[in-house]
Amino acid sequence: MSQAALQKLKERFPDAVTQTYTGKGGDDVALVKKEAIAEVCRFLKEDPDLLFDMAPYITAADYMGSEPRFDLVYQMYSTRKNHRIRLRVGVPESDPVVASVTPVWKGANWYERYCWDMYGIRFEGHPDPRRLYMYEEFVGHPLRKDYSLRGRQPLMPERTVDEPFRGPGPTGG
Amino acid sequence: MSTNSDLDLVPAIATRREDALSGLGKMVSQGLGWARKYSLFQYPFVTACCGMEFMAVAAARYDLDRFGAALPRFSPRQADLLMVVGTINVKQAPILKRVYDSMADPKWVVAFGVCASSGGFYDNYATMQGIDRIIPVDVYIPGCPPRPEQVLDGIIMLQQKIQDQRHQLTEGKQPALPAKG
Repeated sequence: MSQAALQKLKERFPDAVTQTYTGKGGDDVALVKKEAIAEVCRFLKEDPDLLFDMAPYITAADYMGSEPRFDLVYQMYSTRKNHRIRLRVGVPESDPVVASVTPVWKGANWYERYCWDMYGIRFEGHPDPRRLYMYEEFVGHPLRKDYSLRGRQPLMPERTVDEPFRGPGPTGG
Repeated sequence: MSTNSDLDLVPAIATRREDALSGLGKMVSQGLGWARKYSLFQYPFVTACCGMEFMAVAAARYDLDRFGAALPRFSPRQADLLMVVGTINVKQAPILKRVYDSMADPKWVVAFGVCASSGGFYDNYATMQGIDRIIPVDVYIPGCPPRPEQVLDGIIMLQQKIQDQRHQLTEGKQPALPAKG
C-alpha cells in the first residue's frame, strides 16, 4: 500500500535498510539494521509525507537455529495518510539489546515490555523495563523455543494429586 | 439395578454417612444440612469466558435462585460456596488461595468448567493444572464452557453432598464463657 514510503525510506537510509519486499496481501516490509531502528522510526513518524503516527503492534519471533535468532516486527500505520509499513529487525542472541521506540510512540511501552517478558529482548532507554505478563519471580522467557513447554514455576506449594490421568505437575514433563 | 432418579447414579454423593451419630445429633445434623444446602451464598471467582455461562445460569432463564444459591456475595467472609469460574494461572493461584482461606467454615468449592478442573487445553507454562492443586474441591463441572444444565446438575450434586455430610451446631471446642460477676 505504500511503495512510496518504502522508496523514501530506502533513499533516506541507504545503509540501514538492507532489503525491501512486498509480502503476501500487499504488506510492504523493510528489513532494518538493529542499530538504526530508533532513528528510522523517528523519521517515519515525523516526515511530513509519511506521518506514521501509530504503532499498532510490536512483536517478535524466535527462529532458533538461524542467525540472527530473533526477529522484531514493527507494524506502523498512519491515521492521516492511511498507509502502513512493516519493519523487521534481526536481533542476535548474543546481544539482544535494541534501542527503545517508546520515546517515539508512547503506545510502544507495553509492546516492548511484552517482548522483554516473552523473548528476553531488552530495550535500551525504556522508561519501565519490567515484565508485562509473567510475575517478577519467573525465570526465563517462555516464548523462546528452548523454554520447556510445561516449565511451570509455581508461586506457592501445591497439594499432591495422586490422579495418574492428570498430566504432569509443576515441574513439567 | 433400579434407580429412583438420576442422582442415585452419582457416586460422589455417598461420601460421609452419619451412621455413627446418635439420634439427636443425627436430627440436628440433618436439619443443619437441609438449611445449609438451600442457602448457598456463593463467591464467584470469575476469571475467564466461563463467566458468561455463569451469568446465564444466574440469570432468569436458568435461575439459580430455585436452588437457594441466588445471591453472589462479593466478600469471601460472607460466602460459603466458592465458585471458581475460569482459568487459574500460576500468577493468580496465591489470590485464589487467599480468598479460600478468608472464607468462614463451613465452605465448599465448585470447579466450574474444564480449566478450573484440570487446566483444560492450557497445558503450558502459565496455567495451574486444576485448582485442586491448591485448594480442595467438592464438585467438578466439566465443559468448555459447561451448559447451564450441567451447572444446575453440579449444584444439585453439591446439595446432596452437603445433606449427606455431618453438621454440628458448634465446630470443635466450645468458646469459653465469660465469668459471672
